[in-house]
Amino acid sequence: MAPLLDVDSLAVTLPSPRGPLPILHDVSLTVDEGELVGIAGESGCGKSLTAQTLLGLLPPGAAVTGSARYAGTELLGLDARGWQRVRGAGIAMVFQDPSAALHPMLTVGRQLTEHMRVHLRMDRRAAGRRAVELLDQVRIPDPERALRAYPHQFSGGMRQRVAIAIALAARPRLLIADEPTTALDVTVQAGILALLERLRAETGLAVAFITHDLGVLSALTTRGYIFYAGRVVETGPTGSLLTAPTHPYTAALLGARPHGTQSGGTLRPIPGAPPAPGEAPPGCPFQPRCGYAEPSCGEAPPPLTPAGADRSVACVVRPHLEVAA
Amino acid sequence: MNTPAPARLSFTDVEVEYRSRGRGRVRAVAGVSLEVSPGQIVGLVGESGCGKSTLARVAVGLSAPSAGTVEYAGRPVTPLGWRPRSGAEVGLQMVFQNPYASLNPRRTIGSQLLDGVPAAVTGSARRARVHELLERVAMPSSAAQRYPHQFSGGQRQRLAIARALAPEPRMIIADEPVTALDASSQAQVVNLLVGLVRDLDMGMLFISHDLALVHEIADVTAVMYLGRIVESAPTRELWREPRHPYTRALIDAVPQIGLTPRLPAILAGEVPDPANAPTGCRFRPRCPHAFAPCGEQPPTVDLGGRSVACWLTDSATAPTAARSL
Repeated sequence: MAPLLDVDSLAVTLPSPRGPLPILHDVSLTVDEGELVGIAGESGCGKSLTAQTLLGLLPPGAAVTGSARYAGTELLGLDARGWQRVRGAGIAMVFQDPSAALHPMLTVGRQLTEHMRVHLRMDRRAAGRRAVELLDQVRIPDPERALRAYPHQFSGGMRQRVAIAIALAARPRLLIADEPTTALDVTVQAGILALLERLRAETGLAVAFITHDLGVLSALTTRGYIFYAGRVVETGPTGSLLTAPTHPYTAALLGARPHGTQSGGTLRPIPGAPPAPGEAPPGCPFQPRCGYAEPSCGEAPPPLTPAGADRSVACVVRPHLEVAA
Repeated sequence: MNTPAPARLSFTDVEVEYRSRGRGRVRAVAGVSLEVSPGQIVGLVGESGCGKSTLARVAVGLSAPSAGTVEYAGRPVTPLGWRPRSGAEVGLQMVFQNPYASLNPRRTIGSQLLDGVPAAVTGSARRARVHELLERVAMPSSAAQRYPHQFSGGQRQRLAIARALAPEPRMIIADEPVTALDASSQAQVVNLLVGLVRDLDMGMLFISHDLALVHEIADVTAVMYLGRIVESAPTRELWREPRHPYTRALIDAVPQIGLTPRLPAILAGEVPDPANAPTGCRFRPRCPHAFAPCGEQPPTVDLGGRSVACWLTDSATAPTAARSL
């Protein structure tokens, strides 16, 4: 079966005052029907831009090459009407900050039903019934009352649930969630993660979950992609990816996080900083910060090559990596 | 003055009350006693809205407590006014969450650092001191001539730390100092703070909602819920054997890396509005172990080096089965 989303050799260049700035290079990824896929990396690594590309939200002047097929339809090069058919009813998105995603002066009910009336051509009464169902599905207590409430009357976690309900309104098959729990407390985050997993199990929703938190990646997703400087540097089943990384960057990210298993230590930071867009060195983008770099790393960006069970890695050295449990 | 009092920060029964037009009186901090000694890192964790930041503001005199006392080096901390603070008081410095807001965008780093250098340092020694400060936070001395916008988030937070160090503090209050930063710069800034505390024998109150991070660095961890400290213990013990159900819930909500996806445990309900706090134990409505005695406010019981406010730890009231969490 063909994957629901199939991105192949995607490259995006954004305009800037100093000339075109390449942001994404040769990104390939797939999401299957009903699959929870994680995309992880530091800010500026291109994970959010990938999401924007898949929803046709790139700024004017962006140059895109490669291919991105959703349910057999090529997304790149769609016109405004084409995008309108895909957005909402095909691919929907949830953002990091629910307060910014919701309109502060419209009731939750209005924001929920507008979507359905346009996309699904429902009448007011049917849309209202579905809105109650949706709020119930995302576990908002007292849905009828919630419909008449404004976003500021909800807590951060509840607002994010409302945003998810709105994203689900037109029955999308793929939900792109861009750091939806980053602004939330761990206790609230746990609820949102469980909600996404339940939606996947009950409705077959596929989720592409973008995060910088490897713990969240491991807890929720079954397959993961690690981004660095606009490239996929490693991919595979999340469990093996994070317990036995083969790319030095994945291992370094794991080392820099607090483990929650032993205390009294200090964290192991990654020396230096990620390269700014357009300033990546020739060759492997991680090479200047990598403890295992060899002269050959400076020649060309290493391609993503198969590395054991369903895994691929973009590293020519392939050092033996010690991973702190 | 003969021997100066040890630079200890102590809160005794601190309460902070706000008057809000819509909600009446809001007790953000409802009786907190806590101590930070020189050379010690005390981590303060809790969900948003629990009063952590209010407590931080009271500690440095940015707001006044409505009851109780905050003492630093044996003297009460007085609310900040127009009059310059005495030498002893500037020994208490704060690092804020957002380095974009805590540095003045229109002044060079050097001139902002000079503000903090004690008046006793004169002439060319002042410039030399600025360079020493920059060196301490691993920034080049050329940074003195530059403006905040020329640095990345992690670098800016290091510069904000240098500014806090300028008046030669003995105690640092760090309110979510790395929350706005990426994984790799987070580790750099945390290691810097921990190193400074150890090298300069300072005390630090490290406020964070990231339990795993606090676990990694704090000597003592205090857990705050709805304006009260519900448990405080040496970090290792707290993590190994939490005695308060809320501490247990927080630890279980941290997503862990493992071979198979495992969703973190969910704590039922939400943090109540402090204007409308539950009677008795404030955690009661969400607590899986709540039983009859919880209708009364539990006293904070000293268990030898650690303390907890929960009826479950009281052998007279607790059902034996519920005692292990």
